Amino acid sequence: MNRHRGIAGILSFLFMGLGQLYNRQFIKGLIFIVVEAAALFYFIPNLGKAFWGVITLGEKTQGFQKVGKVMVRVEGDHSIYLLISGLITLLVFAVFLIFYIMNIRDAYVTGKLRDNGGQPAAFKQSWAHLTDKNFPYLMLSLPALGVLFFTIMPIIFMIMLAFTNYASPNHIPPKSLVDWVGFETFTNLLTLKTWSATFFGVLSWTVIWAVIATVTTYFGGMLVALLVESKGVRFKKMWRTIFILPYAIPQLISLLVMRNLFNGQFGPINQYLSYFGLGKLPWLTDPLWAKVTVIIVNMWVGIPVSMVLIMGILTAIPKDLYEAADVDGATGFQKFKIITLPFILFSTAPILITQFAGNINNFNVIFLLTNGDPVNGDYQYAGSTDLLVTWLYKLTLNNSQFNMSAAIGIIIFIIIASISIFSYRRTKSFKEEDMIQ
Amino acid sequence: MKMGVKSANALRLTVSYIILIAIAVCCLYPAIWVLVSSLRPGTSLFSPTFFPEKFTFVHYKELFTNNRFQYGTWYLNTLKIATLSMIFSTILTTLSMYALSRFRFRGRKSTLTVMLVLGMFPGFMSMIAVFIVLLQLNLLDTHAALILVYSAGSVLGGFIVKGFYDTIPRSLDEAARMDGATHLQVFVKIMLPLSKPMLTYVALTTFTGAWVDFIFARLVLRSKENWTLAVGMWDLVNTSQNSNFTLFAAGAVLIAIPITLLFVFLQRFLVQGLTSGASKG
Repeated sequence: MNRHRGIAGILSFLFMGLGQLYNRQFIKGLIFIVVEAAALFYFIPNLGKAFWGVITLGEKTQGFQKVGKVMVRVEGDHSIYLLISGLITLLVFAVFLIFYIMNIRDAYVTGKLRDNGGQPAAFKQSWAHLTDKNFPYLMLSLPALGVLFFTIMPIIFMIMLAFTNYASPNHIPPKSLVDWVGFETFTNLLTLKTWSATFFGVLSWTVIWAVIATVTTYFGGMLVALLVESKGVRFKKMWRTIFILPYAIPQLISLLVMRNLFNGQFGPINQYLSYFGLGKLPWLTDPLWAKVTVIIVNMWVGIPVSMVLIMGILTAIPKDLYEAADVDGATGFQKFKIITLPFILFSTAPILITQFAGNINNFNVIFLLTNGDPVNGDYQYAGSTDLLVTWLYKLTLNNSQFNMSAAIGIIIFIIIASISIFSYRRTKSFKEEDMIQ
Repeated sequence: MKMGVKSANALRLTVSYIILIAIAVCCLYPAIWVLVSSLRPGTSLFSPTFFPEKFTFVHYKELFTNNRFQYGTWYLNTLKIATLSMIFSTILTTLSMYALSRFRFRGRKSTLTVMLVLGMFPGFMSMIAVFIVLLQLNLLDTHAALILVYSAGSVLGGFIVKGFYDTIPRSLDEAARMDGATHLQVFVKIMLPLSKPMLTYVALTTFTGAWVDFIFARLVLRSKENWTLAVGMWDLVNTSQNSNFTLFAAGAVLIAIPITLLFVFLQRFLVQGLTSGASKG
């Protein structure tokens, strides 16, 4: 009695669509056959080359060969193109394999239905099924493809780069080949003195920056929100609109403007300082002052966001808590300490952690304001205010140290991922504790 | 006693107002300064007084007439790229996040986890690979490339949208399904009208994202007539910062104005978007 399911399954295994044809689903079967034919047409010349390319990264170096009497340049293998196109082919192959397995399963299930005396679905019904039961898959398939090829593939590619020697000056295709080197890049980064000094220097500044930037914007935002929302202050809406303005101006513009404001020679800030009889300050040119400047400017950029968030939370605090406190004769400060602050802290703890993670990756503020400068002589391709991300950017685009920058990218990922896992655990425990609501 | 409380209160309010005014000055000063600078005659960053003796629009005119810049072309390019990316990413994000929020299907949990993990990589780690892919697709120096990449990347930032759909009661769509509506009909007829604040938020953020991106755009767009505003601005700053500051100021004002106005007018939606996304953690 289970003839159909077996035959249909095996037929579809042999060639996509055959099982569907056997099940008398002709349109579906034909579509599947066309898909497999196209796939064979694409994979037969490409798949082997893809495996070869990813494993060897090319074998032939670019060189000169004597043809007759003249030297002719012979193109070598381009390791990076080989790696990328190999990866793409393998990913397409993975998508195809999933489709292939689904095809076998479909033939088997339909065969089973026929074994049990049912009618296989007509094409129209299959289509209806696709848009009804499989609606979420249909909706997600297009974005998933986009993410697969423009986010996942590039990330896999970069992770792989960290394990190669793809760096200037000796291993830049097409002039020369790139090879797999295992963990050498990471060992160099951590043990080679020039690299490790830069790495630990930049890493510690990144952490200091992230802590200070997060704390200042968070408590700054809380202060502003409390001031605006405090009893008796009028024109609340006007204040809110003014304070949201720094958030509304695109960062690209506001940060470039700030760079001019703090210009040491001609900038208006120094002009005012000398107006009051004070000396000019090296806002962007001295290592320490540059760090102070980026933190001040970051407050200007970041406080509005925290303010908006905390204002939202303030309105959610139950009024009866304050009334009860009034009955007990609490002063304003006591009310703040016992009701407002714990409430805000508890509901914003997860955001605080996300903001911390965001600040570790805060590219814009550093890149647009100081570009990582002032230059630090002890550092390899980095300046005094460079964060890990901006260093990564410089290594990639200006200095062609691709393997190193990929390794740094992986380290940043590990840092952010551990913070996120920690935050996730904490929010879960918050929810379980049921402190609020 | 009563007088004491009253005067203490007045003192508190005065201090509050002083602080508020101080902060307001800090918030507004850079914006006003750049606006005034853009109207100042001459080209230098240095100015003896805050307000110039006379105002001039010559820098704005120069932006559009000097052939070293093609400000008008860049403006149109940017408008085109930003609008199209906004439309595509809004559609993609809302549809896919709706599916992730409403349906329980196999692979849903892992999809969400993958989205989270991908978000933890520094964004431009993928730049080089995307660049090579675009090179091989022959899409370098085209606007289509930017639109494609912006739209494909927008889905990953959709957690806020998912959180929003999670808050809409399920009974609504279940009732419509009972009446025989298809999933797409439920989405278009019931969910879309409800998700206006979220749509505004997503559309606005993707529009701004495309409007100001200079990192990726600079990498992809090679020829000057294809540039976007952000790339052109970046170039202007890097080549002639101090020598032509007032021109930069004029360009900056023109870039910032549309975005700033949109933000201020759609404030309400932004605040809703930020807070609803936040409470979901």
